[in-house]
Amino acid sequence: MARFRCPVCEYVYDEQQGNPREGFPAGTPFSQVPDDWACPHCGVRDKVDFESLDASSPSAP
Amino acid sequence: MGTVAVEEEQKPATWRDGKRYAWLLGLIIPIAPFVAWGWVELTGLGIFWWFGPVLVFGLFPLLDVAIGMDEENPPDSVLKWLEQDRYYRWCTYAFIPLQYAGLAFACWQWAHGDLSTVDKLGLAFTMAMVSGIAINTAHELGHKRASNERWLSKVALAQSGYGHFFIEHNRGHHVRVATPEDPASARLGESFWAFLPRTVVGSLRSSWELERERLARTGSGPWTARNDILNAWAMTVALYAVLIAAFGWVVLPYLVLQSVVGASLLEVVNYLEHYGLLRQRREDGRYERTLPEHSWNSNNVASNVMLYHLQRHSDHHANPMRRYQALRHVDEAPQLPTGYAGMIVLALFPPVWRRVMDHRLLEHYDGDVARANIQPRARRRVLARYGAAA
Repeated sequence: MARFRCPVCEYVYDEQQGNPREGFPAGTPFSQVPDDWACPHCGVRDKVDFESLDASSPSAP
Repeated sequence: MGTVAVEEEQKPATWRDGKRYAWLLGLIIPIAPFVAWGWVELTGLGIFWWFGPVLVFGLFPLLDVAIGMDEENPPDSVLKWLEQDRYYRWCTYAFIPLQYAGLAFACWQWAHGDLSTVDKLGLAFTMAMVSGIAINTAHELGHKRASNERWLSKVALAQSGYGHFFIEHNRGHHVRVATPEDPASARLGESFWAFLPRTVVGSLRSSWELERERLARTGSGPWTARNDILNAWAMTVALYAVLIAAFGWVVLPYLVLQSVVGASLLEVVNYLEHYGLLRQRREDGRYERTLPEHSWNSNNVASNVMLYHLQRHSDHHANPMRRYQALRHVDEAPQLPTGYAGMIVLALFPPVWRRVMDHRLLEHYDGDVARANIQPRARRRVLARYGAAA
């Protein structure tokens, strides 16, 4: 399960937890989040701008 | 608590926040109806019920000129400490009980006070200033991660009935700012009076769409109590119902008036914040990211104190969750000729606004009008007028 961080604020999308309020239940892979989904905390950057936090996996598409 | 001690140590002994206690002066807005009443009692003149608009449209613009600017930024090393200092939070929280004490007081005056109709209208306009600037307080609180602050944001919005604002602003405006798609970014060649209906209707529609999409992803329709627009509006309905039950139907027209004028005050601030500024499209079709050059800024102290540093707008758009006391002046940002309070007044008079602002916008784009966000309807006229300047 990978984690992705908004490059502006400290928000982290953790696949394990998902974001149920936003409609992504726990376990939703980041790849299933729409590309134009904006950071739910700051709204400055979109999903495609998020950075992968796990060195082993490739960075966000 | 141990953590507090650690945070305390990060504060350098050499730096002091010059505005620390000034933030309390912003509370002049929610206590405006009481100040108005005091002057009326003291002088016997009903005209003082109009204290609110005189304060916002007259006194603050003058104070901006008289007090001048402050470009000082807190050093980077204290930002974290400054944001964690709870004193600043309480300055914004304190707004809300005063706001509602004032509203109850105003309702009592509308229902039982010895006021002429003109006096009552004056008090409604004073309450509209509280309503509009309460949206600014709600704005500061609504950007925060903490659920109690987001809840207080909705409470502050209840007076104006503008509960959809904190959805549209955070998830709509911040994403699309300075693009033609944003209803709350004003365009070159668009007067405030043309902008007003476009932003009101467009923001309402956009916020509903954002909530509808979010709820659809959770497998729910929009008509649910979990819809943040509906539950925010429900607070307004409950608030007005209580006030009508306590003071009678006579207060309703004044409540509606203060809500409409209050929301318009917020929208005129929206009008000037991004007037004509445009993010360029990149090759992949997305807009370039929001930069300091996409917001108008001002360092006039009086308006900054009244509006919790809202005028340091570029830093706000770069770091929307940064608390007001830590917002910084940015050199690259285009600067307004005076504070927001004075610019609000100019915006009400479109020929004056164009004379003051259009050439500043053109200079910002080195004379290239094509780089501005132009009102489509006015495009031909704007290009004919300013195209030659390139």
